[in-house]
Amino acid sequence: MNAARRFLPLLALIALAVLPALAGKFYVELVAKIMIMAVFAMSLDLLVGVTGLVSLGHAAFFGLASYVVALAAPDPYTAANLWTSLPLAVAASAVLAFAIGALALRTRGVYFIMVTLALSQMVYFVFHDTKVGGGSDGTYLYAKPEAKLGGWSLVNFGDSTQFYYAMLFLLLLVFVFLRVLLASRFGHALAGIRSNEQRMRALGFNTYVYKLAAFTLAGAIAGLAGYFAAVQFGFVNPDMLSWQQSANVLLMVILGGLGNLFGAIVGAFAFILLEDLFSSLTKHWLLLMGGFVIMAVMLLPGGLTRAGDAWHAWRAHDA
Amino acid sequence: MPEPTPALAARNLTRRFGGVVAVDDVSLEVRHGQIHALIGPNGAGKSTLINLLAGELAPTSGTIALRGASMARARPHRLALLGVGRTFQRSNVFRNLSAFENCRLAAQARLPRAWALHERASRCDVSATAATQALAAVGLTARSDAPGEALSHGERRELEIAMCLATEPSVLLLDEPLAGMAAEESTRVLDLLRRLRPERAILLVEHDMDAVFAVADVITVMADGSVLASGTPEAVRNDATVREAYLGEPIGSP
Amino acid sequence: MDLSIFLIQVLNSIQYGLLLFLVASGLTLIFGIMGVINLAHGSFYMLGAYAAFTLAALTGNLFIAIALGVVLAVAFGYVLEWVFFSFLYRRDHLQQVLLTYGLILVFEELRSIVVGDDVHGVPVPGVLAGSIPLGTTMTYPAYNLLISAACLVVAALLFALLRYTRLGMMIRAGASNREMARSLGIDIEFLFRVVFALGVALAAFAGMISAPASSVYPGMGNQVLIICFVVVVIGGIGSVTGALVAALLIGFIDTFGKVFLPDYSGVLVYLLMAIILLWRPEGLFRESAV
Repeated sequence: MNAARRFLPLLALIALAVLPALAGKFYVELVAKIMIMAVFAMSLDLLVGVTGLVSLGHAAFFGLASYVVALAAPDPYTAANLWTSLPLAVAASAVLAFAIGALALRTRGVYFIMVTLALSQMVYFVFHDTKVGGGSDGTYLYAKPEAKLGGWSLVNFGDSTQFYYAMLFLLLLVFVFLRVLLASRFGHALAGIRSNEQRMRALGFNTYVYKLAAFTLAGAIAGLAGYFAAVQFGFVNPDMLSWQQSANVLLMVILGGLGNLFGAIVGAFAFILLEDLFSSLTKHWLLLMGGFVIMAVMLLPGGLTRAGDAWHAWRAHDA
Repeated sequence: MPEPTPALAARNLTRRFGGVVAVDDVSLEVRHGQIHALIGPNGAGKSTLINLLAGELAPTSGTIALRGASMARARPHRLALLGVGRTFQRSNVFRNLSAFENCRLAAQARLPRAWALHERASRCDVSATAATQALAAVGLTARSDAPGEALSHGERRELEIAMCLATEPSVLLLDEPLAGMAAEESTRVLDLLRRLRPERAILLVEHDMDAVFAVADVITVMADGSVLASGTPEAVRNDATVREAYLGEPIGSP
Repeated sequence: MDLSIFLIQVLNSIQYGLLLFLVASGLTLIFGIMGVINLAHGSFYMLGAYAAFTLAALTGNLFIAIALGVVLAVAFGYVLEWVFFSFLYRRDHLQQVLLTYGLILVFEELRSIVVGDDVHGVPVPGVLAGSIPLGTTMTYPAYNLLISAACLVVAALLFALLRYTRLGMMIRAGASNREMARSLGIDIEFLFRVVFALGVALAAFAGMISAPASSVYPGMGNQVLIICFVVVVIGGIGSVTGALVAALLIGFIDTFGKVFLPDYSGVLVYLLMAIILLWRPEGLFRESAV
């Protein structure tokens, strides 16, 4: 079992690396989308799986960055500059996350869940009801941002394969960053907060500050994902900020398994592939999705990456 | 030798919960180099008092001073960083971490960059050393790698103390540390307290009368939220109100 | 703003606030007593509205439809608790959120399959189709007054239930200490089922009675859900009094907000929540069940 655990990620990486050579454009774009969502899911895993903060409003930071890249272009037909628009989008998400977190973290438990939901709804309404970014109609991004360095174009985001590899790079970058973070003192402190916050305070940790830092960082990474989601899709609308989007990413994380980051990646793959599968089966695919969500959470509370443990526990119970 | 300024002093401390007065006008001092024991029947308000001193609860009225400086409404983490360590009445360890990891996390709190993103927690020698020493002091070295949830009740109480020690506190607030411990474990903890005493101020809440009389320099007796008597063990032992209200028989006699 | 218009807005505020209260009271009770966060609560409101539409079309009489609907809602709530929600009590909040989210999807699609996705209107019963004059130039629909009156009656009954009956006492005991209540011989499982059914019935009733005044459309459940969360947060979990105060507060802010600041009215409610949280992170009325 342990050998499989170590080799599976490596195999998966190799598979991802060679995919564009083997599969058609549809799959290349689909997997690129999944990798973006995996980054989004990992950012939420930092909050939920590592720090124990269940946020039902994470889409706000994802969606805000999407809007920033769409609005950062001088007009819908001119390309924005990656080097300016990306930091701007991520910074915007970080600032919003800081603001929402500063307020929401004054509450605990169930209140926290509801407050994150409500505050992100506020952001949704700003984009839906007002004329910012086209209101409920959304806005288009006809020209993808340019990544130029000294006149040379580094990456052409309009090309599916190049975009794919850029996203693979992004996924690896965020994954490694978060793994280093988890092993650091900061990461250990977050894990301690999840395990027993009262104890952490009694030991001398200012847990509010730690939680706020985690919340802001998670928001920034979500913004990173949102930026490229808008770039790929070419269209942004308030749905990217909706609470359904927040619930979906939460589902991805729990589907895959909390706390180990792999779960977020696996969950993103599972969720989007299932979404694709179900919607091809019937018009009422949400029914299948709902049923699936219920089954998955009931039967596999530890998520897919811990399915092995669940299996063994089940076998042991039987014996 | 006790210093003139008490390490921790509570004056006229009162805490109400709605109509109930859990702590009623309590004054007490914990001095450097002393073990101050707090005894009393269940419901006397001892745990509430510890929570007040540790910053978990805000007093309804009264003051708390740490080395003479007022600690009005200081929060737990600030007090911890100022050197006030506490244990909980019900073991409050990190169940998913090993005993060693519990203590290392505790030691990490006082590091200058406890929040460091780039410093690997496992590479930190300072916190690892503090953790090893704390575990050795309570006698848990053999169980360093056992996860919190696998420890026996007595071992968990010892881990509580070890975690407190790992933060190198100057004031210790111990809430029934001996509860549920076997005889040799209790003896070991009492010896530890005697070794710690010269350099620290210790407030010890306990039910075990033999232990209290064996180790305390000062005893305060509480009942129904207020102080019944306070003084040296002999004085308390001979105090008529205490004998009547608390035990109904001479304290500490064989 | 002249007096008649002001009066109309006040009446609208009260109506909206009371409807919110009915839905939110169920949510806060389920929360406070069973510790379950239920995202599907808005769906009960939506299902109630669609039920009113279907039953009114079948029976031709709105009041019979509502009566039938309430009975069905109670039965539905009872069974749903038994078959699904009773498994949620031991789960952590994250799992409850996702399980009830799955439930929303199931309910929405079932409704879509059975009744379709069209927006419907429900005809106002003839006797109440008229309007009542307000001042010299304005009138107010009689049916809307009925809505407020009916909600007020139901609210009063709810408070009476909680304060004066044995069941109410058991509910309040269960809210403050489940284990103790059990050891006193209170059948907790039965109590939970009753509370849940009550919550469902209240939400469904709100949906039914307001159906003729607003339209019946697919997204209505989700919309009301989030506002109800705000009501519960502001009012304090488990507090029915808090839910009433918060619901009325939101009713007024939202209604008058739409008049004075139409572009930003959607945001005002959340702003209110943010301000109150800065002052009292656990809501206005904290823990008491009534």
